[in-house]
Amino acid sequence: MKARVTVTLKTGVLDPQGKAIEGALKSLGVSGIGSVRQGKVFDIELDGADKASAEAVLKAAAEKLLANTVIENYRIEVL
Amino acid sequence: MKSAVLVFPGINRERDMARTLKLVSGVEPAMVWHADTELPAGTDLVVVPGGFSYGDYLRCGAIAARAPIMDAVRAHAAKGGLVLGVCNGFQILCESGLLPGVLMRNSKLKFICHDVHLRVERSDTPFTRGYNAGQVIRVPVAHGEGNYVADDETIKAIESEGRVIFRYCAADGTLGDPYNVNGAINAIAGIVNEGGNVAGMMPHPENHVESIIGSTDGRGLFAGLVAQFGKAA
Repeated sequence: MKARVTVTLKTGVLDPQGKAIEGALKSLGVSGIGSVRQGKVFDIELDGADKASAEAVLKAAAEKLLANTVIENYRIEVL
Repeated sequence: MKSAVLVFPGINRERDMARTLKLVSGVEPAMVWHADTELPAGTDLVVVPGGFSYGDYLRCGAIAARAPIMDAVRAHAAKGGLVLGVCNGFQILCESGLLPGVLMRNSKLKFICHDVHLRVERSDTPFTRGYNAGQVIRVPVAHGEGNYVADDETIKAIESEGRVIFRYCAADGTLGDPYNVNGAINAIAGIVNEGGNVAGMMPHPENHVESIIGSTDGRGLFAGLVAQFGKAA
């Protein structure tokens, strides 16, 4: 089973990297960009085929390691 | 003072730290491997040194914070034992939950490696008793992610409880944006936990302990720790 965990910065947390990318896009002449926030995507291969237990495993992974919940939110998708 | 210096893959400041601890306390620290599950018996002080544990993969300090030895460090801290994290060590202590907040990318996005001035905010902690409150010291920084961030509530708590021990400042102690090298909230360079026994700081006091280097301003931190244990090793 394949899954994806997406980790993004909480709103209000300053993202200097996103700001730098936003500036770079503007200087490249890519128009219509309002703002950019950078995040992370984890593509995960899971053992087993039970969706409910997969979600529990992914939640544990996100809470324990993949996201720092002080500054980040995460989203789990079983694909 | 019996100290233990934690060693993770990718750490590179552990020898500087061990050398300073030996120099100031007279006792060779134990080097403790990350996969160990116990600290040496009778450890007074645990030091988490600087470097790039696990290549800063995922987030700075995130993987080291989950290493087996960290359970022993948590137990040591829970009993009131002293823990000091410097640079990557500060990041590891934040990731491990021993200290609040997180160290984000420097606001100007550059790795900074030069001397900074720090204002010692209080002298009544084991980590700052070697200084006077309000004293300014000069020590180096070397980091790309030292921008201290926490939510408003946490900052309010840290500030109202006087848990900021060092702030970036000018040579005369003035605070201001030009001196806040990484953009940290309230120019925070170092904090202690609620119990006052766990400290984290981005700058490297261990690198300014000998006059041949040009400054001995970092020595007070270690001398204070030694004094805390009555100089009896």
